[in-house]
Amino acid sequence: MSLLVVEDLHKRYGKEEVLRGVSFTLEPGETKVIIGPSGTGKSTLLRCINRLTEPDRGRIWLNGEEITSPRVNIYRIRAQIGFVFQDFNLFTHLTALDNVRLGLIRVKRMPKREATERALRELARVGLADKANAYPAQLSGGQQQRVSIARALAMDPKLILFDEPTSALDPELIGEVLEVMIELAKGGMTMLVVTHEMGFARSVADEIIFMEKGVIVEQGPPEAIFTRPKVPRTAEFLRKITEFYGEQG
Amino acid sequence: MTAGDWRGLVEGIPSLLGGLGINLQILLGLIALGFFAGIVVALIQVYAPRPLAAVAIGYEWFFRGVPEMVLLMLVYFGLRQFHVPISPFIAAVIALGLRSSAYQSQIFRGAIQAVGSNQMMAALSVGMTRFQAIRHVILPQALRLSIPPWSNEFSSVLKDTTLTSAIGVIEVFKRARFIMGRNYALALPTFMVVALFFLALTYLGNWGLGALERRYRIPGLEAKGAGERF
Amino acid sequence: MELVFKWEWLPQLGRGLVLTVELTAACISMGAVLGLLLAIARLYARGPIYWLASAYVHFFRGTPLLVQLFMVHFGLAGWGISFTPLVSGIIAMGLNTAAYQAEYFRGAIQAVKRGQTMAALSLGMTWWQTIRYVILPQALRLVLPAWSNELVYMLKYTSIVYLIGLPDLMGVGRTIASTNFRFFEVYAVVALIYLALVLIITFGLRLVEARIKVPGLGAVRQ
Ligand SMILES: Nc1ncnc2c1ncn2[C@@H]1O[C@H](COP(=O)(O)OP(=O)(O)OP(=O)(O)O)[C@@H](O)[C@H]1O
Ligand SMILES: [Mg+2]
Repeated sequence: MSLLVVEDLHKRYGKEEVLRGVSFTLEPGETKVIIGPSGTGKSTLLRCINRLTEPDRGRIWLNGEEITSPRVNIYRIRAQIGFVFQDFNLFTHLTALDNVRLGLIRVKRMPKREATERALRELARVGLADKANAYPAQLSGGQQQRVSIARALAMDPKLILFDEPTSALDPELIGEVLEVMIELAKGGMTMLVVTHEMGFARSVADEIIFMEKGVIVEQGPPEAIFTRPKVPRTAEFLRKITEFYGEQG
Repeated sequence: MTAGDWRGLVEGIPSLLGGLGINLQILLGLIALGFFAGIVVALIQVYAPRPLAAVAIGYEWFFRGVPEMVLLMLVYFGLRQFHVPISPFIAAVIALGLRSSAYQSQIFRGAIQAVGSNQMMAALSVGMTRFQAIRHVILPQALRLSIPPWSNEFSSVLKDTTLTSAIGVIEVFKRARFIMGRNYALALPTFMVVALFFLALTYLGNWGLGALERRYRIPGLEAKGAGERF
Repeated sequence: MELVFKWEWLPQLGRGLVLTVELTAACISMGAVLGLLLAIARLYARGPIYWLASAYVHFFRGTPLLVQLFMVHFGLAGWGISFTPLVSGIIAMGLNTAAYQAEYFRGAIQAVKRGQTMAALSLGMTWWQTIRYVILPQALRLVLPAWSNELVYMLKYTSIVYLIGLPDLMGVGRTIASTNFRFFEVYAVVALIYLALVLIITFGLRLVEARIKVPGLGAVRQ
């Protein structure tokens, strides 16, 4: 059974149709990468998946449960879906440790000691055990993003959504975040990643989705998409993006 | 309320409006005093040598830390005690004007500092004197930046003019109290009318200041709205 | 010109001071609770609740506190609802400062970045948990400088309650001044006591501010 099924998702902001019927599935342990030009609705799509934004039409299932149903307890669902933001969104007033612990204590109602142990384990996993007591403002961008990944991981998510996790980072800090993500993918985490890092897409993704203007233009394994795209727009986009970002990673 | 009460309320309105005129006169006087004194105090705080600047800061602290009501009493009854023949009206303008100068100096000082020392350097570098630089470069920018916080001070002192009733100015609130003294049932509606007068004046004032700000707006010179009660 | 001062004035003024402080504490805390609710209503409610909260804030900020005090104390009494002067004073000033505090809270809550809410919700927190554990801890730190201004403002403004017969610092001073015909001296002492209180509050709250400061969460001070 697919872990995530997205069916015919629509979303409009005023006159602008941002999503115009998006459907795809995600299998357990799979990493899918979404690429596409700016303003295409990639972020909107991710936010619809855990209903931080309400879709206008279409349905979503997580593990066979329809999470777009009005009767579903959305808080329980969100706790099972990790979200990593482009600009980290670490809680400004909390230390790294407290950032990771907050969801465990308040949402999962875990006893404080257990939550602390768990949080420290996740911080160690992203290589930041020594920064547990630092506030976000005292961490570099790359470190902040790794803490935010630890925060997502601590909740034992079935799936993590990444929205351009490296776009706000200085080039020399991108690598440390990608490394963590690669480890996760190898470890069998299910991930849906919006990114412009073509190197990462090519080497880590099981499948690439190319989106433009609110629809999926083409999807397939990286080799197929990168070497013989069926749609001319995909080829054109890939050429532009590689010129722009290079192909590191 | 009986029909007679209603008549009493309506009959009181001309007198209330007359009283409101007095509030506006006090307002005009105290704002003018506060404005000019406030600019001087702010300039001293920013540009004068240390000891003088410290005196100006002490002045600001004093007039911001003492209640308006106490200042009114201190100026009016204090001067009377020493046989200075001061009228309640003048005492009101002086006491509230000095208080406002402290708040306005805080606004102007913030604005002058926001304009920044680079503007001063640039002005001096083209050969202006310090006075010219302040007059032609710093103040024109600082005053524009001051309008939004200044409109808070405006609505604050507008309402404070009612305090002058305590030293015997026969302004709108005092007259409302006269009406209350004649008929207790009229107290609530009369005070409501007075409240609505002030609500209207507050909006009128803010609208006017908003228009002023738009009229003199310069692209790239934006004030960060403070929104505080001074 | 000869100045007169009697030590016996001080204990009397001291009793007035106690009432002033109590009054300030009572109305500022009432205003904080009500103000927070108003701010939340103005930010998150729709329809009648939003409109009522907005009208409340506009009315109490746009009209003189003195008029509000007399409405509560004499106005309502004229219609058969009467309170003791102390209760009237607390109600009127609490209602007034609530409107101002509501605006400070609202500004501070808005200053908390939207991403913080998104991150909290994405962990599965409810709206209430998000407000309680993420937004308020940040907003309250941001609001402290403005809020300490408000505290000073209310402390000074309690001096109008002598007009409804309360023996606060101002009221006691007025009695002493007019029985001794020493207006200047007594009001000068009263002024200095208020000033001292203002300084204590201002610097006390700055210490609190420094204690709860978090890197990267700058409170903007003028
Ligand atoms: N909350 C919102 N209100 C109104 N319009 C919005 C909102 N969020 C997004 N949009 C609009 O929807 C469109 C798609 O936005 P979205 O952020 O999903 O694009 P994206 O593919 O993630 O782009 P980018 O690569 O720049 O992040 C944009 O035109 C944007 O202006
Ligand atoms: Mg995006």
